[in-house]
Amino acid sequence: MSAGAVLILGATSDIGRAIAHAYGKSGRPLILAARNAARLQADVADLAIRYGVAARLAEFDVLDTARHAAFLDGLGELPGTVVSVIGFMGDQAKSETDVAAAELVMHTNYLAPAALLAELANRMARRGSGTLIGVSSVAGERGRASNYVYGSAKAGFTAFLSGLRNRLARQGVQVITVKPGFVNTRMTEGMKLPKALTADPAEVGAAVVKAESAGRDIVYVRPVWRLVMLAIRVLPERIFKKTKL
Amino acid sequence: MMLSGWGRYPRAECRVLAPRDGAEVLGAIAANGSLIARGNGRSYGDSSLNPDATLAMRHRDRFIAFDPTTGTLTAEAGAMLADILSIFVPRGWFPPVTPGTKYVTLGGMIAADVHGKNHHKAGSFGDHVERLELALADGSVVTCSATENAELFAATRGGMGLTGIILSAAFRLQPIETSLIRQETLRARDLNETMALFEDSKDWSYSAAWIDCLAMNGGLGRSLLYRGEHARRDELPRNRRRKPLHLPVPRTRRVPVDLPSYALNRWSVGAFNALYYRHGAIGSELVEFDNFFYPLDAILEWNRIYGRSGLVQYQCVLPKDASRAGLTALLGKIAASGAASFLSVLKLLGPGRGMLSFPLEGYTLALDFRADAANFALLAELDAIVAAHGGRVYLAKDARMPAAMVSGGYPALARFKAERHRADPAKKFASLQSRRLGL
Repeated sequence: MSAGAVLILGATSDIGRAIAHAYGKSGRPLILAARNAARLQADVADLAIRYGVAARLAEFDVLDTARHAAFLDGLGELPGTVVSVIGFMGDQAKSETDVAAAELVMHTNYLAPAALLAELANRMARRGSGTLIGVSSVAGERGRASNYVYGSAKAGFTAFLSGLRNRLARQGVQVITVKPGFVNTRMTEGMKLPKALTADPAEVGAAVVKAESAGRDIVYVRPVWRLVMLAIRVLPERIFKKTKL
Repeated sequence: MMLSGWGRYPRAECRVLAPRDGAEVLGAIAANGSLIARGNGRSYGDSSLNPDATLAMRHRDRFIAFDPTTGTLTAEAGAMLADILSIFVPRGWFPPVTPGTKYVTLGGMIAADVHGKNHHKAGSFGDHVERLELALADGSVVTCSATENAELFAATRGGMGLTGIILSAAFRLQPIETSLIRQETLRARDLNETMALFEDSKDWSYSAAWIDCLAMNGGLGRSLLYRGEHARRDELPRNRRRKPLHLPVPRTRRVPVDLPSYALNRWSVGAFNALYYRHGAIGSELVEFDNFFYPLDAILEWNRIYGRSGLVQYQCVLPKDASRAGLTALLGKIAASGAASFLSVLKLLGPGRGMLSFPLEGYTLALDFRADAANFALLAELDAIVAAHGGRVYLAKDARMPAAMVSGGYPALARFKAERHRADPAKKFASLQSRRLGL
């Protein structure tokens, strides 16, 4: 397991917080990065009291790709592990008619985080160690009418992670793709989700930490999702195009 | 979203808001004409339900400060007792008071002013709260304690969320040397012996009895009484002394389905109770704190054994000098009805404080019943016995009592209403329970 700090990108989200707790519990120091990071001051105190770990804040806007390198330089030492929890569902109906809205979803879920991971990958490859963890989505496995703009961006992100993993496999850098499935978060509040398929953020956090220590490549938080997505992938397009999933 | 308390009766479609920070709580207060805070939903009945707006507070669960010299922990109101235990037991600290489940939030414990097996010595949870931050109906936030806004503090502890929304609180943990409890189990053949054992156990930190409420006649009130102390390090076997504060490995099972309504009846429960009574291991032993305080937490979703219709828990307390007569009447009525109840609990409480707080000096009895018409009729009869003996029923367990039981049972109700009126004249903070009881 690689040591050093864990940088969490998108630490204000419910899943980001849960991942911070899971790493805090394992004793790793933390860097919580987000827009308006000052909001996370209370979390720094919380992590210190609970786990006795040092946590600090870093102001970060993933869409400001021009400043990615400067952001990483400003952190000082390159973190041992980086987790990207960046995600933005957007509004599918709006994305269908409003190009700017669709582009924002695509930028936030794919182009911008991929650009940052590319920069991190190069730095970690130079160092010869590190772990990159991308929280992607099962929505990226097959485009569906209900969320294909978001899904297509996540599909791109998933493919990008897969390529990075392949490229870095022999350079000491571990790349992990996490597909949480349904999670009880602010993003899914009010949706009627099937209980057996829906994880709590804490389960995602535990799964991420375990995936790193166990050297896993692709993680579905609840194992049942592997079957669900297999079923969705093998359905012939002729039938799939008529479903309402 | 369809919500219920732990008893799964009643259920109500509620609009749920889940604030992540203080500003969002204040926003919800401003935007809603009627709302109630909900912690982890472990009150049994309708205390945490408001169809207009129910605020799920458990996302605000951060620890804000801890002072290792005094043991004072300040945390957001959604902090879960289970998390407090898993973080602080290994450091030698234990909650000053704990209810029978650890799946409750700090705010919920204050709002219900929960008590535990140490009430006769330690009082209720509110007695250990140094101060709390309360968001009021007008959007202001005030600090309350025994010395600052004291009336509001007394109304808020046990106030079922009706004075405002608790944002955070500071309370003092107690030091422990080990994570184990030295437990003694004693058998009592009838109510007189049970009550004598409680008197005999006054100096023990913790005591409670499991009572067989289906036993009749000479066996009425027979029980197993458990009493305990936090074990000292030198009481541990040699192999545990190196890690005296070790957390027990959680072993949980889940009730997978709702049991059919006929599964619990006077014969099945009677047989269970008789077996439990006879086979209780009498004597002294060291047990994990989890097993001593939270035996039912090991069975996740145990509320499902009462079937789809749900359950009501009936918990009353009778003043000490009326306890013997009152308990005899209550237990006689329950045993004769044959209404099935597992693991009824009896406990001697000390004096209570707080305006709507449940405890008063005397015996409290808690039993579960399936929520059905026959049992509601029985509970109305139990109400009459409780009222006739000057007792009261616990709001955090209640789903069905008539308003007269509150006005008769809680002499400080008028003081509570006056203070609530000052803080929230429009009764913005309301639950299905507060509306039902005209609080």
